[in-house]
Amino acid sequence: MSELFELGVKEAQAGLAKGEFTSVDLVKAVISRYHEKDGEIGAYLTFDEEGALKLAEENPKAVPIAIKDLINVKGQPCTCASRILKGYVSPYDATVVKNLKANGFIPCGRVNMDEFAMGSSTENSGLGVTRNPYDTTRVPGGSSGGSAAAVGGDLCIAALGTDTGGSIRQPASFCNCVGVKPSYGRVSRFGVTAFASSLDQVGPMTKSVEDAAILLKALAGHDEMDGTTPRDPVPDYVAELAGASMKGVKIGLPKEYLEVSGLDPEVKRITDEAIAKCEGAGAELVPVSLPHTEYAMAVYYIIAPAEASANLARFDGVRYGHRSASAKDVYTLYTKSRAEGFGPEVKRRIIMGTYVLSSGYYDAYYGRAQKVRTLIKRDFDEAFGKVDVLLTPCAPTPAFKFKELQDPLTMYLNDLFTIPSSLAGVCAASVPAGFTRPGNLPVGVQFICGGFEESRLLRICRAFEEVNA
Amino acid sequence: MKIDVGYVAELARLELTDEEKSVFQPQLENIVKYVEKISEVDVEGVEPMMHGRPLVNAFREDEVRPSLDREAALANAPARVGEEFLLPKIVEGAES
Repeated sequence: MSELFELGVKEAQAGLAKGEFTSVDLVKAVISRYHEKDGEIGAYLTFDEEGALKLAEENPKAVPIAIKDLINVKGQPCTCASRILKGYVSPYDATVVKNLKANGFIPCGRVNMDEFAMGSSTENSGLGVTRNPYDTTRVPGGSSGGSAAAVGGDLCIAALGTDTGGSIRQPASFCNCVGVKPSYGRVSRFGVTAFASSLDQVGPMTKSVEDAAILLKALAGHDEMDGTTPRDPVPDYVAELAGASMKGVKIGLPKEYLEVSGLDPEVKRITDEAIAKCEGAGAELVPVSLPHTEYAMAVYYIIAPAEASANLARFDGVRYGHRSASAKDVYTLYTKSRAEGFGPEVKRRIIMGTYVLSSGYYDAYYGRAQKVRTLIKRDFDEAFGKVDVLLTPCAPTPAFKFKELQDPLTMYLNDLFTIPSSLAGVCAASVPAGFTRPGNLPVGVQFICGGFEESRLLRICRAFEEVNA
Repeated sequence: MKIDVGYVAELARLELTDEEKSVFQPQLENIVKYVEKISEVDVEGVEPMMHGRPLVNAFREDEVRPSLDREAALANAPARVGEEFLLPKIVEGAES
């Protein structure tokens, strides 16, 4: 039998149901793994041993879940990996945390991330370094790098991440996990620190597609505290996996993702092999075009910083968070508290966002970017008129080394393949596809389906898992 | 495109050191130059997209409900006095 910490959600739930072990055994196994291994990986910022054990005693069939450090869990720290929130303790549970607790899950610890979810390597964390469990000289990806490293390194049973432009999918690809970014509106964002409000989504990061389905079923649905969540019923994502098959699935292959320069040759090989395996299992391959893809990065790096600059105005040293000791008046209370609390990437994005929203520039940047976003969305609508799913690389490279990407714009290009679907608001997932030769680094491929088509997406991902096994 | 980084940082209520300004200046100009790519796109007659999903107003009944407890809301305050957040003087000449 495997060690308990190696289990996924489904296996853990099965073992608990059969009485092979209790929730306390499971939490203790994860705690001892954390003590043994996390010094090397650094996935967690804090681990709530006492709280998790207490909840496990009260809920003997519950499964511990690692939580990205921008999702509020009552009584636990919530720092968004930023010095500006050091010492902050959440006064309430995010809706996703309430949903998890109500469905037999225990939030066990806070995992690291790029500060305020801005980054693709977790190197922008203001509070700690997280290493890739497959090669500790490399980054785990980001911004949900702690979640990915915890899942990939068997430091948890499963984790929650958030995705604004690829922050679940790219680290999942780097750390050999399944990562699902639900459609915009499918999962409540109440109690999740806002980065870019028209894009942010919470999603599962897991050891299998079925685990992702189990978690998404618990997370999804209408929340009266988040006006973007419609009352559409939540399908039984787990039951709908039954009989998942590639047979007859129409897979769109967008040339703008597959014929790009700068795609790592091993990522290309693994993606091509994934496509061939799907075809071999009975899928129909359909070449498609998403002509506005080349503008997606530019649109994103206007819209996301603009929304972030507004959202992060709340960190002003008044009601919570860091307050500068050298402030003389209210103005310097704001400017100095923010200067001392935020790291460089957050400052850059606040300035970028403030600039594109400033008087005289709004129409040329933010206004125009929103219109181009419509065209990007239309590309997806048109493609999904012809195919069931799109198959693309997830990230242009495997995990890179620490400090390898120094220029901000070069770092941004990591999200080339994940940003367009975020802008379109559709659902997408990264599924492990293979390992580089040489190097043995994990590489995922991305599947994209239409808005609120998570059932279809998960079925196809499950079928891929099988043909790729 | 020349950005006045110092001025924009002031708008954002963010104090920058001279070193930060000199590092950010070329980086931001590079990013702005990149995003100006969208000026090539013909957007004549295209509606802006505000969100990932078309939204209608989501109203609820206007009724009084319990909200976050006052002590809980004040628990993370950097400085407080009684039931209020404590701040430096805002209005010139006022009693602090």
